[in-house]
Amino acid sequence: MMTNANILKTAKSKKHSSMKAKRITSLTIIHIILTVMALMWILPFAYVLIHSFRGNDIGVPFPKTVFPTEFTLDAWAKMLGGNPETYADAKYDWLNFPRWFGNTLLIACCSCVLSTLMTLATSYAFSRMRFKARKPYMKLILILGMFPGFLGMIAVYNILRALGLNEGALKIVALVFVYSAGAGMGYYVSKGFFDTIPKGLDEAAKLDGANQAQIFFKITLPLSKPIIVYTALTAFMGPWMDFVFVKLICMGDYDYGTVALGLQNMLVLENYSSHWILFCVGATCVAIPITVLFMFLQKYYVAGVTGGSVKG
Amino acid sequence: MAEMTNISAKKPNKFVMWLQSVGNSVVRFFKSIGDFFVGIWQIMRHGNWKTRLSFLIMGFGCFMYGQALRGSLYLLLEIGFILYMIFFGSTYLGKFGTLGTEKQGPIFNDDGLQIGTSAGDNSLLILLFGIITILFIVVFAALYVKQLKNAFSNQEISELGLPIEHTKDDVRQMLNKNFHVTLLALPTLGIVCFTIIPLIFMILIAFTNYDKNHLTPAQLFTWVGFDNFKSLFASTGTSSMGATFWRLLGWTLLWAVLSTVTTYIGGMVLAILINKKGVRFKKVFRSFFVITIAVPQFVSLLVVSKFFSTEGGLINQILMSWGWIDKNIRWLEDVTLARTMVVVINMWIGIPYSMLITSGILMNIPEDLYESARIDGAGPITQFFKITLPYMLFVTGPYLLTQFIGNINNFNVIFLLTGGGPTSPDLMAPAGKTDLLVTWLYDITVSGNYMDYKTGSVIGILVFIVCAVLSLAVYSRTSSVKNEEDFQ
Repeated sequence: MMTNANILKTAKSKKHSSMKAKRITSLTIIHIILTVMALMWILPFAYVLIHSFRGNDIGVPFPKTVFPTEFTLDAWAKMLGGNPETYADAKYDWLNFPRWFGNTLLIACCSCVLSTLMTLATSYAFSRMRFKARKPYMKLILILGMFPGFLGMIAVYNILRALGLNEGALKIVALVFVYSAGAGMGYYVSKGFFDTIPKGLDEAAKLDGANQAQIFFKITLPLSKPIIVYTALTAFMGPWMDFVFVKLICMGDYDYGTVALGLQNMLVLENYSSHWILFCVGATCVAIPITVLFMFLQKYYVAGVTGGSVKG
Repeated sequence: MAEMTNISAKKPNKFVMWLQSVGNSVVRFFKSIGDFFVGIWQIMRHGNWKTRLSFLIMGFGCFMYGQALRGSLYLLLEIGFILYMIFFGSTYLGKFGTLGTEKQGPIFNDDGLQIGTSAGDNSLLILLFGIITILFIVVFAALYVKQLKNAFSNQEISELGLPIEHTKDDVRQMLNKNFHVTLLALPTLGIVCFTIIPLIFMILIAFTNYDKNHLTPAQLFTWVGFDNFKSLFASTGTSSMGATFWRLLGWTLLWAVLSTVTTYIGGMVLAILINKKGVRFKKVFRSFFVITIAVPQFVSLLVVSKFFSTEGGLINQILMSWGWIDKNIRWLEDVTLARTMVVVINMWIGIPYSMLITSGILMNIPEDLYESARIDGAGPITQFFKITLPYMLFVTGPYLLTQFIGNINNFNVIFLLTGGGPTSPDLMAPAGKTDLLVTWLYDITVSGNYMDYKTGSVIGILVFIVCAVLSLAVYSRTSSVKNEEDFQ
């Protein structure tokens, strides 16, 4: 004969097991959804990677067989060979991927250093210093940010021409300027971060006789590693992503262009079918280093994005 | 209900207060101008000879009181300014009113053969350097007054027998009290040269007739007042510029709402799914999505746009080989389908990003909120709409606003996927049915095919007005901007 307590126990366990079954089905469904979604997000990139090795149906962007039947390294050799003489055909003679890659790396490094310095300096001034022009200046930047970015491009081009930066290798200097000149306007995220560093630290240092510069370099910056990494990362990624400014400044001169300019031109209508596999190689070469860098610095990136843009 | 009436009763009050504050600031503005001239008059009247000589020789008053560095900098500025104005500025400033009168023309020799081309005026350069000169004059004037005041205060301080800050102090203060000047010098130079001057330039272009019939250096362009605005708003035919503008504005706003909402909700749902208790391989799943953020957008968008191309695109090929379709689907060429596709593909681009941002905040939502909801019998969907969404909206308000503005100006997605197409008879070429105002702006200016710079500038100004009005409306409702000091 069952006691009262026993009845209660079985009832409970019955309820428990039915809940458990429900939980397992819902978890299974979630796993399936997540797997399908992950595939949807990753497959296009996998396709590009695999097709960079494709050996059959050259000149047809998308062959009938989704999975290639022949594999070669031809496209990679051609693309990384770099020298225009690798290409017998005249329609390839503007193609020089290693050079574009080098240009982009150089531009990205220079503008990364410059932008990071300027962004951090601006943010610190707005966060910690108090001066009459502070609020109006911040408002002005907010307003400037609402104009479409390339509205002033024609003028930028003419300013660069007036500075004599539109010839040959100086185009690279021009691009560094273009990508980093507005860095101060991106003060928002790092200012938000500096705001959260307790002011008591500054006061204590001030009592010890430190001046503002020392507080900035010796107290604030060492505490701001996440935001420095975030600022540097976004600044570094900028030149790899932009193709609008580089198009205007290079004006069809691919020798001083970036990968974005070259890769985009590989897929315009007249180049598209002949250059597709080469594009796959180039896209992989660009995507992999940036992705690896990003994965390593991901946590800083998250801290940066959520720290600054989310203030209740 | 009681609350509702409360809010609506408050509104007119707020408006009256706003009006008052605007009125006050206008009064303050004129008062400060008055004070300014009175101040200069005072300096003139009460200044000693050292101060008075500063009217002629900038920095003299600083120099005489031991501020050698300041004094010499001011003097250098004055000399530089005068030289600049004589050899450079005055030419451009003089022509600023007309933007040049002399066209470039052929030069003939005595036999009537062309031997070259005369330089003529270049309206574009006149406008650009005119702006730079005016900015330079404004800065110079401000510094001129500053050194006057500096000289006068030096005089007053020394009359009182107090110590004056010397060059050594000046240098020291640049790293302490005036550290912001040191910090902001370079960024400000960058912003002025590459953002402010170009923007003023393009805003002024909207009031000229600069287009493909007035290309410099061969042709001149000149001021036309508000004609470009008038012609944009006055034209109302089916494929006129005005009708195109309103249609594109409508689609731009629709697009901005749809793309912001879909990526935001999508990212949040994805984050909730990944973070759910009991889900395995959280890190792996997350990494899969994060990878797609790091791949440069132009790569992923170009790839996807080729996947969906009508003739020989990957998707059509696959569907064809499976026998699901027997005619190519015009993914990015049919109006409704193309509009749907750009929103869907934008979700593909944007969801990982918003997942990354929301997942951290989602974990901060107090667990007991959910617990009490469960006790009250709320299912997961009710919990999402009653707890998660309101909380997230509250916390990420500013982020959503930046996303929305960003989507109004989302050039990459539209330009790389559809290029603005498909074109339509009720839009003026080259505008297409998925074109946003910014891609239209790009097409008619920077791309170099239409070179309708004057209209482009008008559109740019209008886009700015839309963004500014929206942000102002939202910002005045959030408290996070006003209470920035609370966090320190």
